[in-house]
Amino acid sequence: MKVDTKPRVISKTTNILVIGGGHAGLCAAITARELGASVTLIEAGDRAMRGGNSRHTRNLRVMHNTPTASLVGAYTENEYWQDLLRVTGGQTNEMLARLTIQGSEPLLDWLMSHGVHFQPSLKGTLNLERTNAFFLGGGCALINALYIYAEKIGVCIHYGEEVVDVYTTNARFERCRTATGRCFSADALIVACGGFQANETWMAENWGPAAKNFLIRGTPYNRGIVLKALLDQGFARVGEPTQCHAVAIDARAPKYDGGIVSRLDSIPFGIVVNREAERFYDEGEDFWPKRYAIWGRLIAQQPDQIAYSIVDAKVIDKFMPSVFPAIQAETLTRLAGLLDLDAKHLQTTVSVYNQSIQRGRYDSAILDDARTEGVIPGKSHWALPIDTPPFYAYPVRPGITFTYLGLEVDKQARVMMEDGNASLNVFAAGEIMAGNVLGQGYCAGTGMTIGGVFGRMAGTHAANQVSP
Amino acid sequence: MTENIPLTELHEESRRVFEICNACRYCEGFCGVFQEMVKHRTFSDTKLDHLANLCHNCTACYHACQYKPPHEFAINLPATLAAIRPLTWQAYAWPRGFAALLDQRGLWVTLVLATLLSLFLIISFALLDNSTLSHRHLGEGAFYKVIAHSTIVVLAGSSLLWSIVAIVRSAKNFIPAGAVFSASALRATVADISVLRHLGGGHGEGCNDQDEKFSNARRWFHHAAMYGFALCFAATCTATVYELILGRMSPFPYDSLPVLLGITGGIGLIVGPAGLCYLHLRAHPETKSLLGMDIAFSVQLMLTSVSGFALMLLRETQAMGWLLAIHLGIVLVFFITMPYTKMMHAIYRTLALIDFHRTN
Repeated sequence: MKVDTKPRVISKTTNILVIGGGHAGLCAAITARELGASVTLIEAGDRAMRGGNSRHTRNLRVMHNTPTASLVGAYTENEYWQDLLRVTGGQTNEMLARLTIQGSEPLLDWLMSHGVHFQPSLKGTLNLERTNAFFLGGGCALINALYIYAEKIGVCIHYGEEVVDVYTTNARFERCRTATGRCFSADALIVACGGFQANETWMAENWGPAAKNFLIRGTPYNRGIVLKALLDQGFARVGEPTQCHAVAIDARAPKYDGGIVSRLDSIPFGIVVNREAERFYDEGEDFWPKRYAIWGRLIAQQPDQIAYSIVDAKVIDKFMPSVFPAIQAETLTRLAGLLDLDAKHLQTTVSVYNQSIQRGRYDSAILDDARTEGVIPGKSHWALPIDTPPFYAYPVRPGITFTYLGLEVDKQARVMMEDGNASLNVFAAGEIMAGNVLGQGYCAGTGMTIGGVFGRMAGTHAANQVSP
Repeated sequence: MTENIPLTELHEESRRVFEICNACRYCEGFCGVFQEMVKHRTFSDTKLDHLANLCHNCTACYHACQYKPPHEFAINLPATLAAIRPLTWQAYAWPRGFAALLDQRGLWVTLVLATLLSLFLIISFALLDNSTLSHRHLGEGAFYKVIAHSTIVVLAGSSLLWSIVAIVRSAKNFIPAGAVFSASALRATVADISVLRHLGGGHGEGCNDQDEKFSNARRWFHHAAMYGFALCFAATCTATVYELILGRMSPFPYDSLPVLLGITGGIGLIVGPAGLCYLHLRAHPETKSLLGMDIAFSVQLMLTSVSGFALMLLRETQAMGWLLAIHLGIVLVFFITMPYTKMMHAIYRTLALIDFHRTN
């Protein structure tokens, strides 16, 4: 974006500037303000769309040794750590991961004492009632509560201010400029403005022209401007720069902010074909919650980044419906016509698949032995012939949740420099530094835990630093 | 905003909304609407009407919604259901044609009816015996020097009987076919209503009146109106017992039970409706749902109370006859029109709650 470079007036000076008004930024701003600092928070979205990706979240993962009001059983530090180790394949900083885990339990109490409501534990869904505390009303309700609290204690909030430039000298933040031409300076900076998945140009650097066909599940404001500015000025990176969390979602979802409802659960119940009407991956490799996050990448590698999940009348009621109705037809030929696929080719793909199915007991609740033999790719479980009309299809595209590239931080949430020293006054929280803990993979609710724990940590240390 | 949209279109819009809500379900902890919603994949008109009446319009789900405008999904469940609600009251009312009379013009219809009835009573009193209307009457039985006790009993009794018949028939239209009575569902419903649990926002901190902040103001004002009404009703009942069983004739002294109940309830009937209208007027623009019938019903309740107070305070003056006629006119019209006013929200919501508790 071209912005004017005319001399400008410094419009705001404050002890602490927080960039990004999602969960992490709000936790940081409130904590710092409560410690006596003057705090300004700038949010790229307008008031109605504030909160970044947090508005689409619904829970956070919390360690607890005994049941709480919103969690059943126990979820020990070690079990939590083992889960993180497993999903990241070891790409995690154990010290920071354990800080996150240990901070999760007090975070839950802190959120409740700052106006956030949680669902009673018996209402939990998705079998997460032991590990994850659910926000009553979801992420927007959480964000609303924290904004109310922040306003009440005097955090100065500016909406619709997207940072376009950040100026630092010798590892020290000086000021930043927003798209409206305003300048903000502060004694310390907390960056909590997410990754870069909504920046199509940057995504295209890694994915080529395919990036234009990606849907962004969350906010359009995570464009990585601040992240890039800091990386360019000697701040240290963490996480794989080319990777993103990409899931399979309904292709009819909006380009941005489709959120949870674009989720599609049909894939293990049928087959998935690409634009050439060919299957390209084992649809029944494992349970869907363990596989949905690889399908975004798989579809991203297909022509035009589009695929079609095809099921028949036998299974159409067996999964959570997508918000968009299935495309349906009485014959596969007609279905191919509706999807603009080669009808003959689709017929062949389906009959080859149908004939390869071995006699086995179908059971969607277990890794059953209803599988294919002699077809490539095979389907390892839940293989039922597609033979009962009407036939249904859901178009599928990659839906990007977040990117992994971030800023390296220390145990005070202080951003590290490339030379190995810590920045003097720049802190980071939330998605922009989540790669320290989640180098790859994902584990439901950890993003919000990292945001809250490091938000509070950044707020505390930034406030301590600026206090006279 | 939603005026004049036919019920069929509103049903279609609510189906669109519920399909998105059903794929999200973040609001499942808020209230019974969502607990009921998740049990369905498709929604019949009847089910939608029930869900619309189960909604108490606390608007927590609007403010918590990630798909509210300006998101392109433009979800506003409370406004969608609020638009359906009054149309269901018309659709289920008995006799059907009457309900529409009081919809948007409710205030004027009830005021004109009350004025006409009061005038009719004044003229009747005057014709019967001109000298008694503007005289001072003191002591026990003073009211009945203006109007015969038996006339009041017949007028009040027939009005009440009419409204009971019409309300019962309307309610029968609304109760789902094959629903069986359940004492535990009734108990749960009474418990909900007595504390107005569903005006608590799912966490007890109240509704969203103007913005994302919660407030129990609506709950307290509704308590004032609801218990105020109940106390006034109790005052009438005790007065009837005094007159028909104990043989004591009104007006009763200020420290008597009927008058004390009436004073307390009357204050509630002024504070409650006034507060609710005030909250309605400053509601968030996207969830504002003030209807003509809200104003009409509030004015009816307040006029009932104000005319009652006037009668009580001036009952030893020459104005008593006139005030008695006016108060009677207002109260009788309140009962006659009751099956078609906002009063019916209490009936349909109670039935929707019973049905919810019966099946959940």
